[in-house]
Amino acid sequence: MNTDTLILVRHLTRLYGPIKAVDGLSFELHRGEVLGFLGPNGAGKSTTMQMITGNLAPTTGEVAIAGIDLLETPREAKAHLGYLPEQPPVYRELTVDEYLRYCARLNRLPGREVATAVKRAKGRCGLTNVGTRLIGNLSKGFQQRVGIAQAIIHSPAVVVLDEPTVGLDPVQIREIRHLIKELGEEHGVILSTHILPEVQATCDRVQIIHHGQLVLSDTIDGLARRMESNSVTVALRHPPALAELSALPSVVEVTALEDGRFRLHHAVEASPAEALVERSVAAGWGLYELIPERMSLEDIFVHITTQEASA
Amino acid sequence: MMIFHIAARELRSLFLSPLAWLVLAVVSFIMAWLFLAQLDQYMAVQAQLALMENAPGVTEVVVMPVLATAAIVLMLVVPLLSMRLISEERRARTLPLLFSAPLSMTEIILGKYLGLLGFFAVMLGLLALMPLSLTLGGGLDFGLLAAGFLALALLLAAFGAAGLWVSTLTAQPTIAAVGSFGLVLFIWIIDWAGTRASDQQASVLSWLSLQRHYGALLRGVFDTADLAYFLLFIAAFLVFSVRRLDNDRLQH
Repeated sequence: MNTDTLILVRHLTRLYGPIKAVDGLSFELHRGEVLGFLGPNGAGKSTTMQMITGNLAPTTGEVAIAGIDLLETPREAKAHLGYLPEQPPVYRELTVDEYLRYCARLNRLPGREVATAVKRAKGRCGLTNVGTRLIGNLSKGFQQRVGIAQAIIHSPAVVVLDEPTVGLDPVQIREIRHLIKELGEEHGVILSTHILPEVQATCDRVQIIHHGQLVLSDTIDGLARRMESNSVTVALRHPPALAELSALPSVVEVTALEDGRFRLHHAVEASPAEALVERSVAAGWGLYELIPERMSLEDIFVHITTQEASA
Repeated sequence: MMIFHIAARELRSLFLSPLAWLVLAVVSFIMAWLFLAQLDQYMAVQAQLALMENAPGVTEVVVMPVLATAAIVLMLVVPLLSMRLISEERRARTLPLLFSAPLSMTEIILGKYLGLLGFFAVMLGLLALMPLSLTLGGGLDFGLLAAGFLALALLLAAFGAAGLWVSTLTAQPTIAAVGSFGLVLFIWIIDWAGTRASDQQASVLSWLSLQRHYGALLRGVFDTADLAYFLLFIAAFLVFSVRRLDNDRLQH
């Protein structure tokens, strides 16, 4: 696998004056992988993306694209790179075709390959019917797609997408996610977002960044496991005594909430749900609600960051 | 090669905006008015000139004064054309497209500059038609004419380089326009301050002045020092532009 390391980032740090926007970040991206970059606003996602695409010089650290040092030989390294910034870098006064032809040329595609590259990129991003329209007259969603088409026009080894589904309607979001998965098969894709379902739908691996530091790097399954919290909320019409609930197998602690609701904390991967339902039926507790609580991304952040602080 | 693609895009975007067409129309109109006024004057004194020995020809009397005034008109116009070069890309956030493409900063700046020069070539072509129309009625001093237009081309290239640099400094095209107009006008009149200063200061200031070198070339005096001045001027501002654009990566 190591021969197919498309991005290698070592101890990347970026200071804005005294503020550390990115602090000692190290990670890798392999071929055939979609890496999701998660983080709240201002966590340093965009700064990191700008650094690995050569738009921003890191204060310290190394970046290599497809084995080529981005800081030493930027021109060669950038040839393997496609980048969609937060705001699609489109010229409003050009038509989609003109713009994509220009992008193909900028990425040093030879003249005879330009037409096929433009056609393929348009097809992949659903732009075939708007080729002759001015970009300025297109909707935000279409402009976003033009931005993605621009990033993949030269079939780069690495595609970096900064919040690619912002401003798209649900159907378009589905299409773009499908496209990202498809890209992930032959290329390496880095995707930044703060939308959790997006990561679950598209990524193979997740990195959470907080205050410029990598706080979690895990596969998507690992993240899902972390999100399964160890508590369920139940609502009962005829609640029994607390002691009876805490006597259920694997229940660690019971908190009483209002309206006959209880939160049952249980051991990891041992939900008391089945036992609870059986007891409820047998004893006539009148169970009408049972919700396994899932942690939100926010909870994971809080969880991880407080854990680090106490450690 | 990359430089030409950037230049072509730049030129195309210029001509897609009404600004470029309006600038061409206004410059042509003003210059035609000046040219006709000058021609009128020439017709009035033509009889006297015919009696003189070594009388100045039509090129000297009509074309050269027009070119001298053209410098002032173009000084007002060039900042409007150069203002968008980088600042507009920065404002519209399209610079990442160029920065993440396999291009060096030098290629980006040279491409932009070449696009602007392309526009200037069109403008010079239009202006050249006026004196060339005189060949219908008589002969021209083509050597002097070529020297005059070379001077104008160098001057435009110098204005453009200064304008490009100011455009790299800001994200607001209007700020870039006002800034580059101020800069160019200042370098134009810098020798005015030299009149009461000591000789040494005066000579430095007058050497720095664009007007001195432009005037010398217009008189038909082709001195390599003047040529060197223009080339140095252009090269300096292009290097400044590359440096400034590179700085974008270092700090935001």
